[in-house]
Amino acid sequence: MKPADGKPRKVIPIAAAPAEKPKTESASLYEAQKKVYPRSISGVFANWRWIMVYVTQLIFYGLPWLQWGERQMVLFDLGARRFYIFGLVLYPQDFIYLTGLLIISALALFLFTAVAGRLWCGFSCPQTVYTEIFMWIEHKIEGDRSARIRLDNGPWTFEKTWKKSLKQLVWITVSFWTGFTFVGYFVPIRELGGELMSLHGSWQIFWVFFYGLATYGNAGYLREQVCKYMCPYARFQSAMFDNDTLVVTYDPERGEPRGPRTKAVDYKAKGLGDCIDCSLCVQVCPTGIDIRDGLQYDCIGCGLCVDACNTVMDKMQYPRGLIRFSTQNGVKNHWTQSQMLKRVLRPRVLFYSGILIALCIGMMASLVVRTPLKVDIVRDRAALSRIVAGGKLENIYRLQIMNATEGAQRYVISARGLDGLEVISEPEIDIGPAESRWVVVRLQIPYGSAAPGSHTVYFDVRAQDDKGQVAEKSVFLVPR
Amino acid sequence: MSDFTSNFWSIYVAGITLAGIIACALLLWLTSRKKIESAADNTTGHVWDVDLREMNNPMPRWWMWLFVITIVFAFAYLAAYPGLGTFKGQLGWTQVGEYQAEVDKANAELQPLYARFDSMKTEDIAADQAAMAIGERLFMNNCAQCHGSDARGSKSFPNLSDKDWLHGGTPDDIRKTIHDGRVGVMPPMAAAVGSPDDVRNLAQYVLSLSGSPHDSLKASLGKAKFTACAACHGMDGKGMTAMGAPNLTDDIWLHGWGEAAIVAMINDGKTNQMPAQAGKLTDQQINVLTAYVWGMSNKPGAAK
Repeated sequence: MKPADGKPRKVIPIAAAPAEKPKTESASLYEAQKKVYPRSISGVFANWRWIMVYVTQLIFYGLPWLQWGERQMVLFDLGARRFYIFGLVLYPQDFIYLTGLLIISALALFLFTAVAGRLWCGFSCPQTVYTEIFMWIEHKIEGDRSARIRLDNGPWTFEKTWKKSLKQLVWITVSFWTGFTFVGYFVPIRELGGELMSLHGSWQIFWVFFYGLATYGNAGYLREQVCKYMCPYARFQSAMFDNDTLVVTYDPERGEPRGPRTKAVDYKAKGLGDCIDCSLCVQVCPTGIDIRDGLQYDCIGCGLCVDACNTVMDKMQYPRGLIRFSTQNGVKNHWTQSQMLKRVLRPRVLFYSGILIALCIGMMASLVVRTPLKVDIVRDRAALSRIVAGGKLENIYRLQIMNATEGAQRYVISARGLDGLEVISEPEIDIGPAESRWVVVRLQIPYGSAAPGSHTVYFDVRAQDDKGQVAEKSVFLVPR
Repeated sequence: MSDFTSNFWSIYVAGITLAGIIACALLLWLTSRKKIESAADNTTGHVWDVDLREMNNPMPRWWMWLFVITIVFAFAYLAAYPGLGTFKGQLGWTQVGEYQAEVDKANAELQPLYARFDSMKTEDIAADQAAMAIGERLFMNNCAQCHGSDARGSKSFPNLSDKDWLHGGTPDDIRKTIHDGRVGVMPPMAAAVGSPDDVRNLAQYVLSLSGSPHDSLKASLGKAKFTACAACHGMDGKGMTAMGAPNLTDDIWLHGWGEAAIVAMINDGKTNQMPAQAGKLTDQQINVLTAYVWGMSNKPGAAK
């Protein structure tokens, strides 16, 4: 249809609507947990995981039972507010060391993550370790992946009943023992059993069962859900990743197009890649993901798919390493190991290492030169200053003297900072092992020897056997 | 006493609270029923800025149940504890009640510690190290605010470590002082004494009683005026513990030394109070505290 003047009209082209919409499915806003049935696998990384289980759990379960002289070697006595770590006796005032330890741990985490990805997640995180232990129990009682799926889908037979009951029994025992051990870091573990038996100490009982329940729930049921939905570290560590970070990678160039084949066929002639699509890497994954989809936040870097794939590659007589620990740059540019190693010393890694080393040295030095004696001074709150017989002016102080050694000590108190300043009260004081005491100290100066106002004075508290000396500042008030 | 000035505000607050919880439950119920279209590649089909696609990452269902639990908990909590306006809750819990229960529990736990001292004589308690450690803590927490950490007091707060007792220094006197408190009253005496000069002369005489430096002429003039004071302080000025009248001859000056301080005391008088501790401390605690205070001026062993 032409307009009357014969000129063609401007036409705005309209694209044809797509013949069919992309295939969609209806989904709920909430996702039901799909139970993961990891197949057990052996290999280098599976072995490393077990080594880490042994190391961490020997320390965790064993440490509270070791003695240091007359006392537990590691004990955080919250009631008495004394923290015993090997030869050290720490007071709440030593909180800075806990801060230091946490900063060092955080930086170490950053460093390991920058270099080798989620090493912590895959090998030493308690969530991983306890899940590993609980899965091993499950595997021993109910069998491997396919047997467990069959058992879960099947009816409640006698076999299912006793297997499930036995599993629960073992799980609960391990959980209870874990809770017991945990509380054993805070109250003497050798007395804890008796206390629980006599139902003495309600908070101990609460924490044994609370920590036990947390272990049972997290390692028995929540498992990968903890890593996917609860753990903040899983989410923020992507900030520490770069293209030279070691991660579990699938080499799509080599693997694709994937497809089944028999060993005899020349698969390259058929246009197939190295991946035989056996799905073993998916079956062994403790978080139930497919590593062939690429780097994803659910991957905890445990390397079990590497073990699984290598087993298959060996059987097929293909070269290993279709799934391997590598860097994203490494896979893209076909780098060798030494080429990737060269990229380890990059600014990010050097920066983390530098701070970490400095902090470790600082903390060690601080612990070595630490004086096992602490003094806090509180001026008396009733009398600012008073005139006493003999023409003297008196100020009163309360000194909290904390003996951070494990022997009784005699301390000598002296003061300086003003002319004629004298300690009138008893200058020597005996304090028992790891005890603290409040001592009232009176200082006097001759009346009129100092101008009205506030004067800085120092208390020197010295251990008589020369195990440390502490100087603390306070003020001496002279009234107008 | 109600926290609300009218019942309207109680209903208003309770209504908002309940409406809020019900709204949360409704939101949860509606979202759990809603279905969304999700493409096979696990995207929602939304595309922005050419190629930015929204992935479909639904929240885990067990997380929703955590919300349900919080709602159930909220209803259970509001039914059991005070929270809905003036509704007191089924358990009858109050902060005051919990405080009292904790105090009673602590006292019950402490009772056996103190029981040992119940039948002991004050002199023996004062010689007991464990008792004195308890006494020191009681003193620091309850007495040191006025009498000082070293119990030597300060102006207007008596020194407890000397032998000068306003109201008597026997264990029973001290116990009564702590238990019931004391009030020391010095009435304004200017009118009874006479002219300002008379008052100054009297002050000089009072100074002379303890042998302090004084003007002996004025003191001798003031001596006659002391009759006004003798009713309480005694003719010899040694005071009277039954009335809490201080000894004026011992050179201990609770309210300040010197003519000016004494003149002010005669003219204006003074009411000085030791508060009763009976409601704050148990009798057993007062028993140990008595021994601690007594022991400060009666060193064990030295007295015998």
